[in-house]
Amino acid sequence: MAGMAGKAVDISGAMVTGPVDPADWLVIAPVVIPVVFGALLLMFRKETREHAAVAIIGLLLLVAADAALLAHVLARGHVVMTMGRWLPPFGISFTADALGATLALTAGVVALVAGFYSIRDIGNTGRRYGFYPFFLLMMAGVSGSFLTGDIFNLYVWFEVLLISSFGLLILGSEHEQIDGATKYAFLNLVATTLFLIATGYLYGIFGTLNMADIARKASAVGPTAPIMTLAMLYFFAFAMKAAAFPVNFWLPASYHTPRVVVSALFAGLLTKVGIYALLRTQVMLFPAQRDIIAELIAWVAAATMILGALGALAQSDIRRMMGFIVVSGIGVMLAGLALASQLGLSATIFYAVHSMLVMTALYILAGLMSERAGSHVLHDMGGLYRAYPFMTAIALVLFLAVAGLPPFSGLWPKVFVVKAALDVGAWWLAFSVLLSGILTTIALARVFALAFWRDGATAAVEDLKPLRLGYVVLVALVVPVVWIGVDPEPLLSLSGKAAADLLDPARYIGAVFPEGGGS
Amino acid sequence: MRTIIFRTVAPNLTSLMVLFSIFVLLRGHNEPGGGFIGGLIAASAFAIYGIACGVSPVRRALWFHPMAIAGFGLLLAALSGVLSLFQGVPFLTGLWAEPHLFGVPVAVSTPMVFDIGVYLVVVGSITSIALALEERDYD
Repeated sequence: MAGMAGKAVDISGAMVTGPVDPADWLVIAPVVIPVVFGALLLMFRKETREHAAVAIIGLLLLVAADAALLAHVLARGHVVMTMGRWLPPFGISFTADALGATLALTAGVVALVAGFYSIRDIGNTGRRYGFYPFFLLMMAGVSGSFLTGDIFNLYVWFEVLLISSFGLLILGSEHEQIDGATKYAFLNLVATTLFLIATGYLYGIFGTLNMADIARKASAVGPTAPIMTLAMLYFFAFAMKAAAFPVNFWLPASYHTPRVVVSALFAGLLTKVGIYALLRTQVMLFPAQRDIIAELIAWVAAATMILGALGALAQSDIRRMMGFIVVSGIGVMLAGLALASQLGLSATIFYAVHSMLVMTALYILAGLMSERAGSHVLHDMGGLYRAYPFMTAIALVLFLAVAGLPPFSGLWPKVFVVKAALDVGAWWLAFSVLLSGILTTIALARVFALAFWRDGATAAVEDLKPLRLGYVVLVALVVPVVWIGVDPEPLLSLSGKAAADLLDPARYIGAVFPEGGGS
Repeated sequence: MRTIIFRTVAPNLTSLMVLFSIFVLLRGHNEPGGGFIGGLIAASAFAIYGIACGVSPVRRALWFHPMAIAGFGLLLAALSGVLSLFQGVPFLTGLWAEPHLFGVPVAVSTPMVFDIGVYLVVVGSITSIALALEERDYD
């Protein structure tokens, strides 16, 4: 510091004194890149013509940084950087493990694909309302949530992505959007407030916010500290974020109102951030408490997946139906969390990756279907198979994938969840996974029969935008879905590694506190 | 609110408040103050100007759109952290330089750049909200 120029102060007890490996910057790059590009787009808000190009360059850099980070994590183990040269737990740490890096990369890829689709979907008005700055800042929030190693910082990234998502949700300020956004905003603010209260409480108990430090201390303190309360508060807050039953009603109430690409992004990314936070807090931070509430989580999971699928069956608006299918998938991920075995957790992580890709693609598909059929109500749709055979093929792949049927990506995580459930004798949980799969299949078969097979008139093509970009985007999402389905081994070993790291946080703690130091 | 007294005083008041906000911003490193509170003072200065003389003179006087100012602030704050990449230290590490301007040592640092970024974000976003609210009433 300037004022201390004359005095020699020993800072080695509080600050990092050695040089930092430039590769460690990879852990912060997925946050800095979208912030910088979002800020640039905000500065030139009126030059709407270049927005899409600038945003896509930013997203390409984001994907490159995410991919490099994942490669680095796989080759060299956890990547840790503590901001401002402070030593953890005083500084805010960013810690990338296999789980965070995998989800960040998938989120980046989904965002890039959605970025291309936005060229078609977001007109000049949407751009003037600031679609691209909000989009990039939301990606900063999503990447930050996946990579931060500090629980209060996680709260900050949740806020960043939440505020940006408000902006995206009301793009265009239509009556219906404001209605959906009010429910979304209110319930999400309740959830973040609970998150904040829980974090304040946690700080009161442990005196630290660094996740590695919390994990270390939580296993050390006896039954005297009210950690059960903490675990429950976090479970409730994040279950609300992830849209688990019975706090899931905000999702189908709001996800059908914004632009197609916005719903696609939300469905792909936001609920998965909730699942990630659940994994991080329940499994890594408070495993003993999670074991006690495991049965509760399992019932919540079963209710979420079955009621989600039933909700999908009851809908006639195709976009509302997709909202319920998102909810149903959350149930499957929660089932893996409830089992918390190596197999169950790796299924959850596998399913999260699958769900990001498939839900984004499904919403984009639903957008294209309603555009071409001239309606988003199932009763008025029809004749799509005859007019658009290629779209039908893509729809079939995505429907089978999301229902968990072979040979697509949804099959494997469901197989593993069922196996993990049967391993511990929870036959009813395995049964609900299968039942929700059947119900989802029926719901989607209904879409297929009514919108594609049934004869009917499609909208006149002349005044519609060309489909080419829509198809390119969908194929870009379908290829990994098929690939993962046919060759699940790479993703399986990746999610297995991520699950092993979650179950045994010693490596995570060791990466943040190399000498076992800290307070 | 457009009395002659208020309209005469407001521009002077605004300039004083903006000056004061910069003073608060710069003293913020070691003493009470800083970018956030400085930004709020400046934003209220523009709000007062807007109430007295209407929104369009404020927009003209600001020259840049308030949201563009906020975007620039965000960029500045982010880049002040990136600077440490070139020094081999972690993100957001405070870096200091002490150049002599006219024989006086001036401490320049990345925390100050970050704080200026915060100041601009707050000025930009709060002014943007205030002007949008005032526009409904007067224009």
